Amino acid sequence: MNFLSHDIKAVDAAQIWPILEEVKDPEVPVLSIIDLGIVRDVVLENTEVGQTIRIVITPTYSGCPAMETISMDIRLKLIERGFRNVHITQQLSPAWTTDWMSERGKEKLKAFGIAPPHYKPQVCNMDLFSDETIQCPRCNSYRTELISQFGSTACKALYRCNDCSEAFDYFKCH
Amino acid sequence: MANYTHFSYLLHLADNVLILGQRNAEWTGHGPALEQDIALTNISLDLVGQARNLYAHAAALYNEMDSGAKALVDHLLPRPWKAFGRELQEDDLAFLRDERQYLNLLITELPKGDWAFTILRQCFFSAYQKELYNQLLQCNDYQLAGIAEKSLKEVAYHLRWSSEWVIRLGDGTDESNRRINNAMQELWPFTGELFTKTGLETDAAQAGIVVHLQGIKDQWLQTVNAVFEQAGLTVPQTTPFQQGGKEGKHTEHMGYLLAEMQFLQRAYPNAAW
Ligand SMILES: [Zn+2]
Repeated sequence: MNFLSHDIKAVDAAQIWPILEEVKDPEVPVLSIIDLGIVRDVVLENTEVGQTIRIVITPTYSGCPAMETISMDIRLKLIERGFRNVHITQQLSPAWTTDWMSERGKEKLKAFGIAPPHYKPQVCNMDLFSDETIQCPRCNSYRTELISQFGSTACKALYRCNDCSEAFDYFKCH
Repeated sequence: MANYTHFSYLLHLADNVLILGQRNAEWTGHGPALEQDIALTNISLDLVGQARNLYAHAAALYNEMDSGAKALVDHLLPRPWKAFGRELQEDDLAFLRDERQYLNLLITELPKGDWAFTILRQCFFSAYQKELYNQLLQCNDYQLAGIAEKSLKEVAYHLRWSSEWVIRLGDGTDESNRRINNAMQELWPFTGELFTKTGLETDAAQAGIVVHLQGIKDQWLQTVNAVFEQAGLTVPQTTPFQQGGKEGKHTEHMGYLLAEMQFLQRAYPNAAW
């Protein structure tokens, strides 16, 4: 059996990433799993039974029910393209952080009506009763207030805008 | 050779978060306001997710043990699983053990009580979990350290949310103040067990997972005292005395909780969603 060299494997793995771009977060369907920053590694292995793709993903929250769906969607999308031997493993450390979300992903979130997580230099505050200043994704006002630390899913908090009066989700720092 | 003596300690950590997650989930659809109902349900989801990671790790650890090591933890394994003829999985540990095989702290299994009781328990537990998991970050078991690292981000939100509610209730109306003080009287006797050393910690230390309970207690007191001060609450002067959960000796409430939680897996073994 003729094993492929490391360089060729790297090229092959590079072909997998654009396919993963087509897999969306089931809870926030405008974001791909690449935007979300949960794909840690894609490795191609040539074994005697053929080519195997190993994908390492990092869960966003410990109990996030979307992870099961995402794993299945990755598998289905790759089968569509003819890749049958797919191994998906979850890696907990280093823990996922919203810093891994792509800038493009943050823009897509805002356009979708969800305030994106704060950029890295702004520290997420854990002091009691402190409100982070979150910009309204609809009218860009900063006159907003926290309604609840926990929103429609584990990754979001619920805010209200005092200018346009709309309630909105904030993809909170993690 | 790998060390497996912390198997029981992993179950203890997992049981704490599973049982508390199960209790909190009883509020789903019954919270005092929609936002708070959702908040507590989200916290439950985090806790059950943490439990799953811990059980999966414990099951993997068990599956790679040699027969000698397996014999030493046999008393902790679910009896129905032994008839399955397959490797141990996380759900077997979560749903098929008998009451005496659960090693959770008693405080986690107490009935949910009123909102004040649930809030204060969450605050006590999150403040404890934060200090404990911070120590676990340094342990020799890298998978456990990874689970701790992941969980700590969630715990920070749980602690903030429950602390704010303790303050709101303590510093609120006469009625809310009365309720949070009642909760304090009921819960305080169960806080001692958090910091009492048992065989679990000894076994964990043998595997390189060293937990300094006194350090956790000091930090925990600092955290809860800061909250109490803002809430206008005082720490009871009585010495907490309730214990036994870490040795599998539970309150009369545990059996009912398990009956509800385990029903599906006992009636339909290996059922999956
Ligand atoms: Zn607005």
